[in-house]
Amino acid sequence: MNRRSLVSIGALVLGVGVLSASLVAQQVATPLAKPAPAAKAAAPTGKPYTPPTTPDGQPDLQGFWTNSTYVPLERPQGVTKEYYTPAEAEAAINAAADREAEQTEPGTTADVHYDFSQFGLDRSQSKFAASLRTSLIIDPPDGKMPPVNAQGQKRAADRAAARKQAGGQYDSVQNMPIGSRCIIMGGSGPPMMNAGYNANYQIVQAPGYVMILTEMIHDARIIPLDNRAQASQGVRQWTGLSRGRWEGNTLVVETTNFNGKNPFRGASENLKVTERFTRTADDMIDYKFTVEDPATWDRAWTAEAPLAKTDGPIFEFACHETNYGIPNILAGARAEEKAKAEQAKKGSN
Amino acid sequence: MRNRFITRVTVAAVATCIATAVALVTAQTPGYRAPRDKDGKPNLNGIWQAINSANYDIEAHSAAPSPVLELGAAGAVPAGLGVIEGGTLPYNPEALKKRNENRANRLKLDPEIKCYLPGVPRATYMPYPFQIIQSQKHIMLVHEYAGAVRTIYMADQTEAPADSWMGWSNGRWEGETLVVDTKGFNDLSWFDRSGNFHSDALHVVERFTARSADTLNYEVTVEDPKVFTRPWKMSMPLYRRVEANAQILEFRCVEFVEDLLYGHLRKQPSQ
Repeated sequence: MNRRSLVSIGALVLGVGVLSASLVAQQVATPLAKPAPAAKAAAPTGKPYTPPTTPDGQPDLQGFWTNSTYVPLERPQGVTKEYYTPAEAEAAINAAADREAEQTEPGTTADVHYDFSQFGLDRSQSKFAASLRTSLIIDPPDGKMPPVNAQGQKRAADRAAARKQAGGQYDSVQNMPIGSRCIIMGGSGPPMMNAGYNANYQIVQAPGYVMILTEMIHDARIIPLDNRAQASQGVRQWTGLSRGRWEGNTLVVETTNFNGKNPFRGASENLKVTERFTRTADDMIDYKFTVEDPATWDRAWTAEAPLAKTDGPIFEFACHETNYGIPNILAGARAEEKAKAEQAKKGSN
Repeated sequence: MRNRFITRVTVAAVATCIATAVALVTAQTPGYRAPRDKDGKPNLNGIWQAINSANYDIEAHSAAPSPVLELGAAGAVPAGLGVIEGGTLPYNPEALKKRNENRANRLKLDPEIKCYLPGVPRATYMPYPFQIIQSQKHIMLVHEYAGAVRTIYMADQTEAPADSWMGWSNGRWEGETLVVDTKGFNDLSWFDRSGNFHSDALHVVERFTARSADTLNYEVTVEDPKVFTRPWKMSMPLYRRVEANAQILEFRCVEFVEDLLYGHLRKQPSQ
C-alpha cells in the first residue's frame, strides 16, 4: 500500500463528511457522554431519522455493516478532548495508516509477516466508520476504562500464573491464542469490537429474532426478542446468551452467561453487556455498549462504535478447516527442540 | 375368479404404493397451506431438527457396534431404513471403491470427527437443531453443529464466487415450497458417517415445504456426475423444536478436537 494513496483516501473520507455534513458531521452531532435516545441522533437536516421497517414492523437494521475504525478504545495519552477537529482526525488516521503501511512495504520493518494490502489488514483499503471521536469510550468522560479493582487484579494475576504454569506458548495448542485456534475472534463479542480486519457483519431479521452474522469464523448470534427469561447459569457460552427487545427504534440486547474463557478486557464470567443498536441514517447504525462487571470494575463503562454500511456478500470463513498455522508452528517448535537437544548432546561428547 | 384377480391386482398395487410411500415417507400432506409471513410467503421460520439415523448412514443399515470400544452401547449405531429413494446410491465403480475405503477409515477421515463444516445436505439431518431466519432478500440457515451458517440468496443472486464447504445457495419460492439451488462446493464434506461422499461437481437442490404446523417436508435432489451415474433423491420430515425456550446453542467444537488433531505435536516432558 503506498503512502500517498492513504493520504488521499483519508482526505476523501473526511472531506466528504465535512462538505456534505453527512458521516463525520453526524458523529459530531451525536450527543455526548450519556446514552443517546434514537430521536436525538439527528440527521444532517436536523429532522429525526426514521428507519425503514421490516414487514413485521421492526425497525430495519438489515444489510451488511462494518465497525472497522481508526478510533482507539481508550483516549490516547496526552489527548484531553472528546472530539478531534477534522484536520486532527485526518492526521490521526494517517499516522495509524502509516503504521499499517510499514507492515506492508518490504524493508520498512524487520519482520513483514503479512502484506497488509493483500489480506485486508490495511484498514484504509476498506470501508471504515469515520468519526471525530478521540476514543470509543464515552463514559467515563475521560475516555479511559475505569481502573481494575482489587478482585479484578487478583483474577488477572491468577490467570497469568495459570498461563505460566501451562508452559510456553508453543508447548501445546491450548497455550496458543484463541483466535489463532479458530475458536472465536474479537469481532463476535458481545460487545462487538472491530477485529482489525474483516470487521464485517450481516444483520437479518425475522419475526421475533435478530441475527447478527460475524464474518470472522462465521459466528451467528441469534437474539430472541420475545422477552423470554435468561437461561440457567448452568449453560455458559463463549459469546454468552443474548436477550433482546425494542425500545422505540433502539434494539437493546443484554448478554450474560459467558464462559469466562475469552475474558473481555479481563472481565469475569459474570460480565453483563448491554448493547444498543439505533439506525441513525441509511448507511449508519449507532452502536453503543455498556459493560458491567463489579468483580472487575467498580463502575460500568460505555463505548460507542458505529456500524457503517458496507457491501456484501460475506463469504464463508472456514478458519479451522484450513488452519495449517497451528500444526506447522507446533511442528516447528518440536523440530527446534529436537535440534537443540541433538546439538547439546554433540557438545557434551 | 375375475373378482379374485382384481383383488390380487389391487393388493399388488397397494403394495407398490406402500413401497413408494416408504421411499418417500414425507410426501406432502395434501392441501396443507403454511401460515403466511407478512410479505405473503409461506412462513418457515423456526428451529427444526431431523429425527432419524441418516447422519450415521443415508442408505438402509442395520444396527452396529460402536467404532470406539470404550463407548460401548453409547457409541453404537442405531439401525435405519435409509432416506434414499430407491434404497441405494448410484455410485460409479471407482467412486464406490472410494466410499468403501472412506467407510473402513472413517475414524480418521470423517470430517465431523474433526469438527469441520458439515456440507450440504448433511448439515440438515445431523443430530443438532438449526434455525431458519426468513427475511425477504436473505434466508439464513444457522446450524448448532460447528456454528455452520448458510445464506440463501433470494435476491442479488450470483454464481458461486468460490468453492466452499457449505456451497453457494440461491433460493426461490414455488408456491408452498422454498427451493434452494446450491453449487460451488469443495470436495471435502461427506453425506454421513459411513463415508458416502461427493466431488466438487456436487449440485444440490433442496425443497422445503410445510406439511403441518410443526413439520416440514425436506426433499433433496443430488447430482454429481463425477461420483454418481445418475441424479438421486432423498427425503425426510423435519420437526419443529416446540419447546417455548428452544434456541440454537453453541456447539463450538474446535476446542473438543484439538488434542485429537494436534496432540501429537504437544511438547513432550523432558527426559
